[in-house]
Amino acid sequence: MKLAPVFLGSLARRRVATLFSLMAIVLGVALGMAVQAVHEAALSEFGRGLRSLAGQADLQVVGPRGGFDEGLYAQLAARPEVADASPVVEVEVKLAGREDTLTLLGVDVFALARVTPLLLPRADEGGERFAVLADDGIFVSAAVRQAFGLKSGEAIRLQVGATDVTLRVAGDLPAAGDARRLAVMDIAAVQARFGRLGRLTRIDLRLVDGVEPGAVRDVLQGVLPAGVLVEAPEAAEDQAANLSRAYRVNLTMLAAMALLTGGFLVFSAQALSVVRRRTEFAFLRAIGLSRRTLFGWLVAEGAAVGLAGGLVGTALGYGLAWGALVLLGGDLGAGYFSGLTPQLQFQPGVSVAYVALGMLAGVAGAWLPAREAATVSPAQALKAGDEAALLGGRGHPVCGATLLALSVAACGIPPVDGLPLGGYLAVACLLAGAVMLLPAVASGVAWLLPARGPVPARLALARLGAAPGHAVVAAAGVLTSVALAAAMAIMVASFRDSVDQWLNQILPADLYLRAGKASGSGYLDEDLQRRIAATPGVGQVAFTRHESLRLAAGQAPVALIARPVSKDGSELPLAGRVHPGGEGPQVWISEAMQDLYGWQPGQQVDLPLAGRRVAVHVAGVWRDYARQTGAVMIDLGDYRRLTGDRLANDAAIALAPGAGASQVADALTTMAGARALEVARPGEIRAISLRIFDRTFAVTYLLEAVAVAIGLAGVAASFAALAAARRREFGMLRHLGLTRRQIGWMLAQEGALAAGVGVLGGLLTGGAIGLVLIEVVNRQSFHWSMDLHVPWGSLALFGVGLIALAALAAVLAGRQAMRQDAVLAVREDW
Amino acid sequence: MDRRVFLLALAGLPVWRGARAVDFAPVLPGRRLVFPADHGAHPDFRTEWWYATGWLHVPDGTPLGFQTTFFRVRTGMGEGSPSAFAPRQLILAHAAIADPRLGRLRHDERSARVGFGRAGFESGHTRVWVGDWRFEQTGERYRAEVRAADFSYALDLLADDPPVLNGRAGFSTKAPDSRHASYYYSRPQLKVSGSVTLEGRSQSVTGHAWLDHEWSSELLPDGAQGWDWVGLNLDDGSALMAFRMRGRDGRALWAAATFRPTDGPARVLSPVDIGFEALRQWRSTRTGITYPVEWRVRIGWRFFHLQPLLDDQELDSSRSTGAVYWEGAVRVMEAGREFGRGYLEMTGYGERIRIG
Repeated sequence: MKLAPVFLGSLARRRVATLFSLMAIVLGVALGMAVQAVHEAALSEFGRGLRSLAGQADLQVVGPRGGFDEGLYAQLAARPEVADASPVVEVEVKLAGREDTLTLLGVDVFALARVTPLLLPRADEGGERFAVLADDGIFVSAAVRQAFGLKSGEAIRLQVGATDVTLRVAGDLPAAGDARRLAVMDIAAVQARFGRLGRLTRIDLRLVDGVEPGAVRDVLQGVLPAGVLVEAPEAAEDQAANLSRAYRVNLTMLAAMALLTGGFLVFSAQALSVVRRRTEFAFLRAIGLSRRTLFGWLVAEGAAVGLAGGLVGTALGYGLAWGALVLLGGDLGAGYFSGLTPQLQFQPGVSVAYVALGMLAGVAGAWLPAREAATVSPAQALKAGDEAALLGGRGHPVCGATLLALSVAACGIPPVDGLPLGGYLAVACLLAGAVMLLPAVASGVAWLLPARGPVPARLALARLGAAPGHAVVAAAGVLTSVALAAAMAIMVASFRDSVDQWLNQILPADLYLRAGKASGSGYLDEDLQRRIAATPGVGQVAFTRHESLRLAAGQAPVALIARPVSKDGSELPLAGRVHPGGEGPQVWISEAMQDLYGWQPGQQVDLPLAGRRVAVHVAGVWRDYARQTGAVMIDLGDYRRLTGDRLANDAAIALAPGAGASQVADALTTMAGARALEVARPGEIRAISLRIFDRTFAVTYLLEAVAVAIGLAGVAASFAALAAARRREFGMLRHLGLTRRQIGWMLAQEGALAAGVGVLGGLLTGGAIGLVLIEVVNRQSFHWSMDLHVPWGSLALFGVGLIALAALAAVLAGRQAMRQDAVLAVREDW
Repeated sequence: MDRRVFLLALAGLPVWRGARAVDFAPVLPGRRLVFPADHGAHPDFRTEWWYATGWLHVPDGTPLGFQTTFFRVRTGMGEGSPSAFAPRQLILAHAAIADPRLGRLRHDERSARVGFGRAGFESGHTRVWVGDWRFEQTGERYRAEVRAADFSYALDLLADDPPVLNGRAGFSTKAPDSRHASYYYSRPQLKVSGSVTLEGRSQSVTGHAWLDHEWSSELLPDGAQGWDWVGLNLDDGSALMAFRMRGRDGRALWAAATFRPTDGPARVLSPVDIGFEALRQWRSTRTGITYPVEWRVRIGWRFFHLQPLLDDQELDSSRSTGAVYWEGAVRVMEAGREFGRGYLEMTGYGERIRIG
């Protein structure tokens, strides 16, 4: 007997339900695959860039952004363990008059050739023999040539401080890869022309053969000054991977939830379909089909949907990834890999895994209904009429409650390897617990609602109370997607609201002026600082200096922000209590410093400033949404006294009474060369920041929309299947005298009730998940706290809309089922 | 010879960026070389080299050829730069071992800018180094230390006799126009002792070597395609240096030689007394370049027949000077019997050396 048409053919007969299950799985797989593919592309491009930068270096000596004393080069190169040492001055250079930057490496070509040969510059044809040593020649990667349309011999203007230098494109970097905006110049020229005299930012070391890098590392670390670290070259790659990993894992988790919803839809469709085909199965069993074979075929139905979903989803995922790379860039707009143009690559292993995940969702969804169908004895099943004995029953309230309790405990788990696994566990427990408790909630709701009103309403209510299994299947799909959407909405709203407030707090001045990005080559020298302060209309000026600190090997640099800070830090967006210290210098740390380095207010810590360890007092913690790797704020006066560095990057300007902001802004802008100084009002900065925020969360919004779509699909599919299964019941009701209209009304109320229970449970669960996301997942992934902000209005609108849509879907599905003649519908079973 | 490759490379710069602002010290006739001061570096001149070649014998009698060359180059760049990395002076070094059992050269090179202890030179006596390669003088003893990837050596070169001044008392012209000249002296018949490490095995060696020290700011004549040079330690204790510049047609543009007899002062020969005649060609399978590896060199009325220790002594220095040339140990035959040993160098047999 050919069984495939019997079982797999049934999928084709209930096309709508199958299609929705398939769509949900496709979307889950596609999103997961897309996130994975994009991120892999970005990371591998980033890693390739770093590897060519690191070349054959065994170890790298790195320091803060401002670098360290060049004397260290002579010291390290002369050590017996070191075969070759290559000194590097790295500057993120801003193109004069443009926003764009490129990474400029000042190198010694002779040392470079032996340590990082891939970075070797190549002089253009006809160039001179020592072109690579020229102090006005720059060698640029293909990406730079393309981005700025540069040709050989052309001039390129780069910003230094608030002025610029003109260089000549003297050649290219043939082996450095095409993807990075990279330029190379002679080290002496970079030192002299970019204000880095006497400084190095990195020394790449190649060790003598047979020397173990691990052992040498400790020895070398011993001779280095404070704040200068020896690292393995992989460290930078790992740091980038770690930094963006939390973001990627968060997105992947959302995709996994979509997949879970897909599995759930398969479950609900299968559950209903299996009930409908009970008699069919009983016949098959009676004529000799074994229990095992029946089970296998029913699971195969789910597997077929899952496999198809997995295949389509994986293909779609690559398409989405391609689109995302083109539109948003390798970090999906989050800014981790700026300046890269990653190439999408087919990953066979991962693709197979995602297809398998899709299939797994299908199999998992089909498992319970299949087992249920296989265990029923044929004799009983042949006596039709007990479709009501649907899966679910009263649920597992004890189990559900236990899971909810477990989720609370899971929130206490510290991050594992920088990932908030406890948080994800809590989310999973919450979802599973809520689904298990749903039948009990449904009965509770039915019991609470008054059993009055017209017949259809009473019938609908009775049905919810007596046969919650039906409602559960429909409501659980709603719950899952509502919970997901609500949680995301609450988290994003809280985050956005907190960022908005934070921006207001950190931007109190009237005007802000900066010489390009903080990490770039622009700065305000003392003369310019004086001229800014003396500009008519300028009242108070607070200058800010941005530096970076290397506190621990293997950790990304920490931002050091030097600006005027009051003794009690009251102008900062503080989080928690303040512990102002005594006489010594004090610092204000971001929340990430607490999480990553364990620093606490009131503590005394060592800060490596200008190569020395300086004991400072941690006065308090401030909230920083800008730097996930940590930031330390110190008073500008203290900083200048401790380091002697008198440059500044930004200025916060309070206008003198009566001065017009735009006149002052114009006066400041024209003070230096074209577009060397950017002047902005806080409102503009705020708008830009929020725009960046929204772009970063574009992917999250997309996932939310998908969750809603899946939720609706789930409701529609469940009701379609349910209505189809209840044809006999409708026939009976018609015989009892109910009009089609009344049955439709009953169905609408049933749909609304089921969806209402789902929405209610979903909102509650979503709220709890949102809290977990805010307090655990975000805090552990990105090290920042935020204030809870619930978007009541949109959630309410969403909930009501969903209930109405569910009612509509139920009616439409019922109409389809009632098209048949009532008499026939009843008769067909007797 | 890579030193001249280098000179030629420097010579061709049509626009020497930065050089316009730099005054290289001129090479003028009549300047008297003073020792030991002139053993040291002359950083005001554009280029300078210390160049040692010789024959070594391992204990089992196998002969080896060796070459150690240190260049000092004033680039004319970064003269006014406040950076300690300013590339004003560079040190470049080449080293090679000619091993008949291997059938080709082992060679390696180093280059670095002067500063931070990575490379440097001294005035007043010979001392020049790059990384852990060095060539330095103590009294009349020179020491050459080289550690390359597949060989290393540490050799002491002892001079018994005073330096031999080439050209007019050390003023050596490279063309009929005496504007193209260098200061140039040689130290032939150096006694060598030390150790050579090949394939991880260190062996003590003895032998004889030749040292050249030359410095100049001048450029080589236009139209020079390449040159042939020999430095020969003869068995009777005498020594001969000879070179000729070849034009694009292969004919000599200029030739010069210095013969130092066993006793008595060195004799400088005029171009008409010098002849180079190629006897046998060898073609490199790596580059396809054909070199004349056997020569008959005429000095006045004497004929020296030169036979290479091995045919393949081609050296590809594409990483530093960018030139491919032949630089190798030769036996000297006179009247059918071996009468000395030395080094032969030939350039410009492939492409004309890349300019700039």
